[in-house]
Amino acid sequence: MKKRVLVIGVGIVGAAIADRLQAEDCSVTLFESYIPGGGTTAAAMGHLVVLDDSPAQLEFTARGVDLWRKEPLPARCEREACGTIWVASGAEDVDEARAKADRFARKGLETEWLDAARLREREPSLRKGLAGGLRVPGDQVVYPVGAARWLLDRALERGAVLRREQVLALEMGGLRADSGRFQADAVILAAGLGTSHLLPELPIQPRKGHLAITARVPGLIHHQLVELGYLKSAHGRVASSVAFNVQPRATGQLLIGSSREFAGFDASPNRELLGRMLRLAQDYVPSLAQVPVIRTWTGFRPCGPGNLPVIGPWPASPGLFVAVGHEGLGITTAPATAELMAHHIVGAASFLDPDPFLPGKVAHA
Amino acid sequence: MPERCLIQVDGDSMEAVVGESLAVTLLRAGRFRFRQSCTDQPRAPLCAMGTCYECQVHVNGVWARACLEAVREGMEINTHG
Repeated sequence: MKKRVLVIGVGIVGAAIADRLQAEDCSVTLFESYIPGGGTTAAAMGHLVVLDDSPAQLEFTARGVDLWRKEPLPARCEREACGTIWVASGAEDVDEARAKADRFARKGLETEWLDAARLREREPSLRKGLAGGLRVPGDQVVYPVGAARWLLDRALERGAVLRREQVLALEMGGLRADSGRFQADAVILAAGLGTSHLLPELPIQPRKGHLAITARVPGLIHHQLVELGYLKSAHGRVASSVAFNVQPRATGQLLIGSSREFAGFDASPNRELLGRMLRLAQDYVPSLAQVPVIRTWTGFRPCGPGNLPVIGPWPASPGLFVAVGHEGLGITTAPATAELMAHHIVGAASFLDPDPFLPGKVAHA
Repeated sequence: MPERCLIQVDGDSMEAVVGESLAVTLLRAGRFRFRQSCTDQPRAPLCAMGTCYECQVHVNGVWARACLEAVREGMEINTHG
């Protein structure tokens, strides 16, 4: 007997879960009232990046990148196997880069330390006087909307059903949507910032970010460039912060980030913060001063109570599962999230330890 | 009478009206390829108010949106940049 599964929310996380569970011979119905991949996913940069703020985060992101690398993404997903260079400005950053290289090596992940001269060879557009950089060749970049759509299409080809309607409430053993009640063996809440409407006990806060995209300047930047101080911005809880992050896109454009800010659901640009973000990028890559920015936008990261997303069965409601709170890592970790969910729903082997992600850890933290 | 001037478009000299929108001048001259997409499809003004960036050209070597540029004497426009 096939397990009947309802997935609420078709961002990249919901799409990846549906795709995986349909492949595990579940019968999946997806619910999305807006455009699939049109929320947080559409606003994201799309880096597939290994981060190591905690051992669990390192395992999680490395698994995500690894699973993505195996996917046969078509050209419209704009995959670029450009790698990341973590840019070191001073001595403190060099120490951090060495520590990062050690942590990556223990996981079997390849890195290459570039001293100042080799960094300039690799990325001549970076400003002079930088201390060096740690290259992570396995990291990639994708176009998030394209990747989410591709996952959704594969799920649909495998027999999943997409319902373009609003889920109004969770119910015992199912849910209530615009067109009526739906029963299932499992309901998976993957609604990102829409989570708290349906499950107020799980607060997901919007963490606003700005991005800017330039005109085409192919060859100016070759890798995704991130400052080593990035994690301080990503995982600090200060009101607002910016970090240098530039990506070369398949079109020859550059995507410039990043900012973080708690400002409710106000999507209007914070000009002061956007200005700081662009000045910082120009500080690292001086020639950006001559490159036109053609668009800027804002988006909201779904920020949960801890530094990891919440993935697993919701203790108070048998049959309810959650996969939310991915903050800025939803694209990278979508396939790893789907793998964890397959473990919880059909008992599939889990490469990752599911424990650090369990809702119980959060509810009682 | 509106003041007239000479501009260069991809190397060709043409007469134009000082102060007119460059996008209008180029369209009136039958030039519909302002820039090309990544897949080499022609692009031309869509919004005509500076939002869509489809009408980007080079003016005297600098990126500009044709719809926001006023024609002036001696402008050199390149649509292949």
